[in-house]
Amino acid sequence: MTAPRPTPTAEPLLQVRDLRVAFRRRGEPDTLAVDGVSFDVAPGQVVGLVGESGCGKSVTSMAIMRLLPRRGVQITGSVKMDGEELLTLSEAKMRERRGRDLSMVFQDPLSSLNPVVPIGLQITEVLRRHRGMDKEKARQAAVDLLDRVGIPDPRRRVTAYPHQLSGGMRQRVMIAIALACRPRLLIADEPTTALDVTIQAQILELLKEMVAETGAALIMITHDLGVVAGLCETVNVLYGGRIVERAQRHRLFGTPRHPYTHGLLRSIPRLDAAAGEQLEAIPGSVVDNLPWAHACAFQPRCPRSVDRCVEVTPEAENTGGRLLRCFNPVPASAE
Amino acid sequence: MDTDEATAAPHASVDGTGPLLDVRDVAVHFPIRRGLILDRTIGHVYAVDGVSLRIHRGETYGLVGESGCGKSTLGRAILRLEKPTFGEVWFDGRDIAPLKGEELRTMRRRFQMVFQDPMSSLDPRQSVEGMLMEGLKAHGLSRGPEADRARLRELVEQVGLPAAALRRYPHEFSGGQRQRIGIARALCVEPDLIVADEPVSALDVSVQAQVLNLLGRLQDELGLTYLVIAHDLAVVRHVSDRVGVMYLGGLVEEAPSQALYDEPLHPYTRALLSAIPVPDPELEDRRERILLTGDLPSPAAPPPGCRFHTRCPWRQPERCDTERPELRVVEGTVGGHRVACHYAEQIRSGTLQPHKVEPAVAEDVLGPGAVPDQPGSVTEILGR
Amino acid sequence: MTTTWAQRRKERIDDLAGGRSLTSEAMRRLRRDPVAIVGAVIVGLFVVIAVFAPLLAPHGAAESFPELQADLRPGNIPGAQEGFPLGGDQLGRDFLSRMILASQQTLLVGVLATLIGLAIGIVIGTLAGAFGGWIDTVLMRVTDVLLAIPSLLLAISVAALAASPSQTTVIIAVAIVGVPIFARLLRGSMLSQRNSDHVVAATALGVKRPAVVLRHMLPNAIGPVIVQATLTLATAILDAAALSFLGLGDADPGRAEWGLMLAQAQTYLDVRPALAFYPAFAIIVVALGFTLLGESLREALDPKGRR
Repeated sequence: MTAPRPTPTAEPLLQVRDLRVAFRRRGEPDTLAVDGVSFDVAPGQVVGLVGESGCGKSVTSMAIMRLLPRRGVQITGSVKMDGEELLTLSEAKMRERRGRDLSMVFQDPLSSLNPVVPIGLQITEVLRRHRGMDKEKARQAAVDLLDRVGIPDPRRRVTAYPHQLSGGMRQRVMIAIALACRPRLLIADEPTTALDVTIQAQILELLKEMVAETGAALIMITHDLGVVAGLCETVNVLYGGRIVERAQRHRLFGTPRHPYTHGLLRSIPRLDAAAGEQLEAIPGSVVDNLPWAHACAFQPRCPRSVDRCVEVTPEAENTGGRLLRCFNPVPASAE
Repeated sequence: MDTDEATAAPHASVDGTGPLLDVRDVAVHFPIRRGLILDRTIGHVYAVDGVSLRIHRGETYGLVGESGCGKSTLGRAILRLEKPTFGEVWFDGRDIAPLKGEELRTMRRRFQMVFQDPMSSLDPRQSVEGMLMEGLKAHGLSRGPEADRARLRELVEQVGLPAAALRRYPHEFSGGQRQRIGIARALCVEPDLIVADEPVSALDVSVQAQVLNLLGRLQDELGLTYLVIAHDLAVVRHVSDRVGVMYLGGLVEEAPSQALYDEPLHPYTRALLSAIPVPDPELEDRRERILLTGDLPSPAAPPPGCRFHTRCPWRQPERCDTERPELRVVEGTVGGHRVACHYAEQIRSGTLQPHKVEPAVAEDVLGPGAVPDQPGSVTEILGR
Repeated sequence: MTTTWAQRRKERIDDLAGGRSLTSEAMRRLRRDPVAIVGAVIVGLFVVIAVFAPLLAPHGAAESFPELQADLRPGNIPGAQEGFPLGGDQLGRDFLSRMILASQQTLLVGVLATLIGLAIGIVIGTLAGAFGGWIDTVLMRVTDVLLAIPSLLLAISVAALAASPSQTTVIIAVAIVGVPIFARLLRGSMLSQRNSDHVVAATALGVKRPAVVLRHMLPNAIGPVIVQATLTLATAILDAAALSFLGLGDADPGRAEWGLMLAQAQTYLDVRPALAFYPAFAIIVVALGFTLLGESLREALDPKGRR
């Protein structure tokens, strides 16, 4: 389904290095939501961040967008876009880049759209601020954008309020707003989780088309392995705030090496599986995690754990285009 | 909407040979009321609009559909948590649709429910022990403190929790553990039928399999009958013997689960199946996707004729727009494959090919503001 | 190090000491909240003083003292002196003793009025919220009417209806003011409980209707009402004081009551402002204490604050 995209060559568009986000709360130890995440996004590349709730995938995106509250949050590491550090940028400069250079689509479009402003106005606002269009021009551009994202009868719909649209339509509007200024990086945080499958298919298709058309890079954040399988070139699997495995999608899904990735793929019921196949559940839940500082966080749930897993923190090692954080990975031939 | 088979068959017999559950032409319509002092009914939400299905003993029946299709409402109508507007619900040879009061309450022992959200479905102020004891006491199953304690311990162990869990409160558990408690609560009254409404969709991916495997094991051990309601076809296919697909209040297709996936006949089922992402890049790249245009029409103003005709890529003029197709067995298919489509044979043989559909703007019969243009679900319309 | 981590995890899972209810969690949070502590200290002090007032007060409320009356003439009220730290009042009685004894009246009126209002409000709110239909409509229209009247005006009307003003009429009047507030609030949260999953689950389990209402709906709905009760206690004290101030309370001039004292002091405001200041200050501090406690209770019971 995906058209092969130009292989990224030169400078990365976005460079995330050793990103850590700690939430502090009075009278309690810090919670490390993101614990040293590093990855690159090349221009026009589609990168997936996959993991379950609490793995830090959403916090990572919020940190990149600088949307986390200042109080009670400590962010360290580096996020560079075109070589410029975003984490230390002034609030005014960051606001200018947000929407113009990088923008975001959220899971719940209803709560991220302003409920009392017509959708057309919400788009023209962005266009006028970042692209300096006059009122008439911006209005025409908004209608074109709505038409482009597949909203029927866009001329009538510009005056509609978010609650008058269905979930799928709202998400289309969000995508239109996010892409209004042709950003070079789009972050989509669970954009289809709140939607039905048939609508999800429409939105994924639209996202694919839109990034291909505008040449924007896309970071797709999701818990759904199926969604990334058809969409992302490179897939990062997160667990407990760290990337445990990263590979090109065919390799990752073909031969998952980390026990977590491997276990996850075997534990989900699949449409294409043979009938009566037993699911191999991963025991326990994320509350069983060990802290990365002392051990492998996944160890208590891991079927392949060895003694070292509770003694030393496994480092991320890059072998043959695959990043792996495990002492005892699943053999490549096991599949 | 009865099929020949359903009308011809005698009422499910009490001797345990007939189907455990026989749902006959059930409908649930919610009135939409407006008005300050006197509530005027200004319309109805046709959440479930004439569904017939049968579930046999020991079987798992899967009900799939997207939000707003009425699958949850149907589940609740079967459990008599919602009163059917019309239709009959025969449970083990007895129509439970007209039951009420004490008669209904005692009957509840035999059909139980597992909820989607394991947190909100457990009373936060009740310990696990209190919750399970309540079930025992409600149906006179309490056999004295000693026997009860043994029974409760057996129950929690059955769902894979330590006996220490009994003293704990819901907020002290993880999501997967809470769902196990929800299952233990359903089991404590020794029911015959369990209706599980989205039993895993609120859980983390890595935990879903634990709960699905648990449900499977319990069925083997206790001989339970399941009605599993879910939006996720992969989950439903995995657990079910037979699957029914719902669209806008009606059943559009019903078949043994393998047959449904091997050869979906209804255009909606085909679209639904092709829309589900599969975690296999090779397959994803090869797949032919049937993208539906537009959204689900409002269940308050269902389109005439075939409910799916506004989005159907195989729609034919006249008949699809005017005549509602009945659920009927298609000749030459496996295991009583039933489809509600006028052109199922032609679509199957390939003589009819899909065409492009312009997305229709759903029409609002109730005037602006009364109902969102295309509401996500029945609950959304009713504002519950 | 590593074994301790693994060990601790395992202990957490099999912990036999687990089983902390929501109420005990809320108490734990309350104990760590400085606002709650301040509120609790004020309220605690007030209650202790009120309960032991007869022992704490050096003199009686109606007792007049010659040494305080010696100087008593228009334009002068004796101030602090040996044995009378706050001096005397306009009738030559010990002001400190009257302040202390008055706390008892205030506590009695405030708490009793709030409890009566709460009890009636809970019954009405439960009936309306649990059954709905015409019961709900009738009950809510009545409370709407009561709510439409400003609280003090309502209290005054009720108190004025009584044949002769007395302590009891004040309590009843203040209690009636609270009823519609509690009833409305409880009905609202009962209604949201009615459609909540765990109530549906209890119904599906076959639990009898009265048990569902009393065991599952009411305990989960009552939190905001309890919070409101502590807040209402503060206004009840103020309302009771206002009624006494307006002469709608017990007419006995010898009785010590902050509102009454405040009313009587207004004549002497230019002579000795302290006579008005102390009762007013006491009313404000006690009301504040209950408000702080109520606010922190609201926060502690808030499910969003749970971890």
